[in-house]
Amino acid sequence: MVGTKMKRLIQKILPHPFLTLLLAVVWTILQNSVSAGMIVFGIILGIVIPFTTARWWPDRPDKMRLVPMLKYCLLVIWDILVANVQVAWIILTKSNAQMKPCWVVIPLELKSPEAITILAGTITLTPGTVSSDLSDEGHSLLVHALDSDDPDAVRDEIKDRYERRLLEIFQ
Amino acid sequence: MITEIALTVGVIISLIIGLFFTGVAGIGLLKLDNAMSRLHAPTKAGTVGIGAFLMASVLHSFLLGQGSFHEFLILGFLFITAPISANFMAKVNLHRQNCTPPPAPPRDDMWATLNVPEADRELADPQELA
Repeated sequence: MVGTKMKRLIQKILPHPFLTLLLAVVWTILQNSVSAGMIVFGIILGIVIPFTTARWWPDRPDKMRLVPMLKYCLLVIWDILVANVQVAWIILTKSNAQMKPCWVVIPLELKSPEAITILAGTITLTPGTVSSDLSDEGHSLLVHALDSDDPDAVRDEIKDRYERRLLEIFQ
Repeated sequence: MITEIALTVGVIISLIIGLFFTGVAGIGLLKLDNAMSRLHAPTKAGTVGIGAFLMASVLHSFLLGQGSFHEFLILGFLFITAPISANFMAKVNLHRQNCTPPPAPPRDDMWATLNVPEADRELADPQELA
C-alpha cells in the first residue's frame, strides 16, 4: 500500500522524469560552467516546469527507455555522417537526368504522435530522404527519396532500422 | 604545445569539412531541377555542415582556454527545428502540386495535405497561385 502511494506521489511531483533530466542538463550547458549551485537550480527548474505544464500535455507517453534512446541517437548521428557523404557524391557526380527521385510510402506501426514525430525527424535529418506528409488518419508516412532504384528497399530499411527501435523505446 | 597544435589542426579540418558540405548543399540547390529534390540540399547543410562549423567553434574555445559547450545546444535545437521547416516546404509543394503526384496511402483515404475541404479546392489550384 505504502509503495503504491509513494509511487503515485513521485508520479505527481515528477510527471516526466526524462524532461526533468533534459531541462537540468540544458540549463547547466546554457550557463557554460559547471557549478553546484547551477546544477541545483537546473534540477529545481526541471521539477517545476514539468509539474506546472503537465496538465497541458495529457496523453504524453508514460514511459520511455533511456538507454535504447541514447543508442538510437548515436545510430542516427552515425547514419547522418555516412548518408551525407553518399548524397554529396550523388549531387556532385550524377546529372539531373540520371537521378531517380521517387515517393516512398511507409505504413506505420507506431501509434503515439511523439514517436511518429521522432521517426519523421530522423528521416528528414538523414540526407537522401525527406518526410513530406502523413495520411489523414495517421497510418502511413509519405517520404521523398532523392535517388533510389527501389522504393521498397528504402521503405524496408527505414522500417527495420528506425521504426523497430522506436517501437522498443516507446512500447 | 602538442595539444595546441592538435587543436589548431582540428579547427582547420572541421572548417574544411563544414565548407565542403555547405558548398555541396549550395551546388545542389542551384543544380537540382525540381522542387522536391531541391529540399534535400538544405537538410545536408543543416546537419554535417553546421555541425562541423560548431565543432570548429568548440575546439577554438578550448584553444583560447575558455572551454565552451553552448554549441551543442545550438546543434540540438537545429536538429529539432530543421525537419519541421523541411516538412512545411514539402507540404507547400504537395499543396501547390508542383511535384509528381504521390501514390495513394494504403490504409487511409488521402494524404493529410491533399485533404482540402470542397469549398477550398479553388484556392489550391496551382494556376491561380502562380
